[in-house]
Amino acid sequence: MFIELLIGAIKAIVVVLVVLNLTALMLWFERKGAALIQDRIGANRANVLGIGKRLGMPNFGMVNTILCDPIKMFMKEDFVPDGADHFLHGLAPFLALFPVIVTFAVAPMSDILRIGRYTIDLQPANLNVGALYILATIGIGVYGVALSGWSSNNRWALLGGIRATAQMISYEIALGLAILAVVVSYGSLDLQTICRHQGGVWFGFLPRWGILLQPVSFILLMVAGMAESKRVPFDLPEAESELIAGYFTEYSGGKQAVFMMTDFAEVVLVAMLATTFFFGGWQVPWLYRDGFHFPGGGHLLVPNLIVAVLEFIAFWVKVVVLCWLQILVRWTLPRFRYDQLMRLGWKGLVPIGLANLVVTAFVVVVAGAK
Amino acid sequence: MPVWLFIFLAALAVISALGVILQRNPVHCVLALALVLIDMGILFIGLGAETVGFLQIIVYVGAIMVLFLFVIWLLNIQTEERTSEGHLGLKFFGAIAAAALIAEFFAIFLNTPAAMTPRPLPVDYGSIASLAHLLFSSYLVAFEVTSVLLLAAIVGAIALARRVQRAGETVIHQLSSSVTSTEKAA
Repeated sequence: MFIELLIGAIKAIVVVLVVLNLTALMLWFERKGAALIQDRIGANRANVLGIGKRLGMPNFGMVNTILCDPIKMFMKEDFVPDGADHFLHGLAPFLALFPVIVTFAVAPMSDILRIGRYTIDLQPANLNVGALYILATIGIGVYGVALSGWSSNNRWALLGGIRATAQMISYEIALGLAILAVVVSYGSLDLQTICRHQGGVWFGFLPRWGILLQPVSFILLMVAGMAESKRVPFDLPEAESELIAGYFTEYSGGKQAVFMMTDFAEVVLVAMLATTFFFGGWQVPWLYRDGFHFPGGGHLLVPNLIVAVLEFIAFWVKVVVLCWLQILVRWTLPRFRYDQLMRLGWKGLVPIGLANLVVTAFVVVVAGAK
Repeated sequence: MPVWLFIFLAALAVISALGVILQRNPVHCVLALALVLIDMGILFIGLGAETVGFLQIIVYVGAIMVLFLFVIWLLNIQTEERTSEGHLGLKFFGAIAAAALIAEFFAIFLNTPAAMTPRPLPVDYGSIASLAHLLFSSYLVAFEVTSVLLLAAIVGAIALARRVQRAGETVIHQLSSSVTSTEKAA
């Protein structure tokens, strides 16, 4: 009993730590990536004790983005404007961050790991309705943004909050349709089962990943997910040229940092969803329970522990690659106009998602459920 | 579901339900209502009806309560002032309704056997498959009628929205007046 509790706690701590560290890393990714795209040097300060220089390494500016900036943010004055709703103003940032972090409770980090007599499912919470859980937590995430806009007692903040709420609600539908198509084609709401269905190969070499089965759904999920995370090209809620900073105009110091963290955590979340549904989750190409079975016919048998570790690494590598893809998009495209945003959401993504769902359902019924 | 968890959630639901009617700021009321609905969703999940619980949170908390917030912001509903004396007719009918509700509760409590023996649940209880099976067999007519009703509501909403010209302007006007009055209230 105690051991089971301990295992559960370790799984929860591991996933939260990985996500929080990825969030911090994303900040550095963003700055250095933007600099590379815009042909600048970017963050390159704070070479602690000259260690990097002594080793002859270039200075990547990781220390000041990951360590110094957050410390600076949390040391700043926490300012609450006159006439603001104090309770909600303080609550809103955490109401925004919390649902995003708890969504990772269903992240399928790896397949089953066997140590001695214990069989550990490396999904922190094995829900058999995992896909619904994701949609529920994303739905609750709207409140933090909406309330931060309202409770600040500021026109720009309120406008930003309303824009953000309308945008998130609209794109949630497209996101739900994208996830639903995958759920229909695999016949399960359980994320581990969906990952397991993506094992094996087509034509002897091609991994059976979801992106090959549901390419339209993948594009829908990425677009809708990027809109959910409220970043360029969908950053109308915080359009600096019109709204100062939108819903978090009146936030300073630590609370503003929490909003920034929410944005990055949402990027990681979208990457996690895309990995799970379309890139096989923890699947490593040609790796099975007992080891590698290469397309040429070669075998390489590997113990269960190493298989689980490889799958764990594969899952997070895929997540990081997809995060990088989102940053690339963020620094490539300009911002939408508001009517374009709504048109894309309601007249573009939702009909495509519905059509995709109908076609998927038709094929599944005709071909027999998978 | 352990008893202490049930008692905690039930108490939280009652307290937030009281918050819905006792608070004067409509936004706080909506938040309290959202808390009640999340709470009920968790109760459903704890009692084994996971699909219903999560759907409750998605639909009510994720969509309908946000709609309530929008309505409050866009229609510029203010913090209520406590009037010294309510409307006499309202008080009269309110008392009758409250008495009827209390009588109903008593009837339920008195007719419940003291110790309900818990029956074992079916294996697939609360799963999405069993729910779908029920919806498409026993409750098919009700299910289809509800979907037609929702479709009619969508068509009606679009028809109403298209009739109002320059709707965008009106909304922005109301929004700015809403902010002004919030400032005044502060």
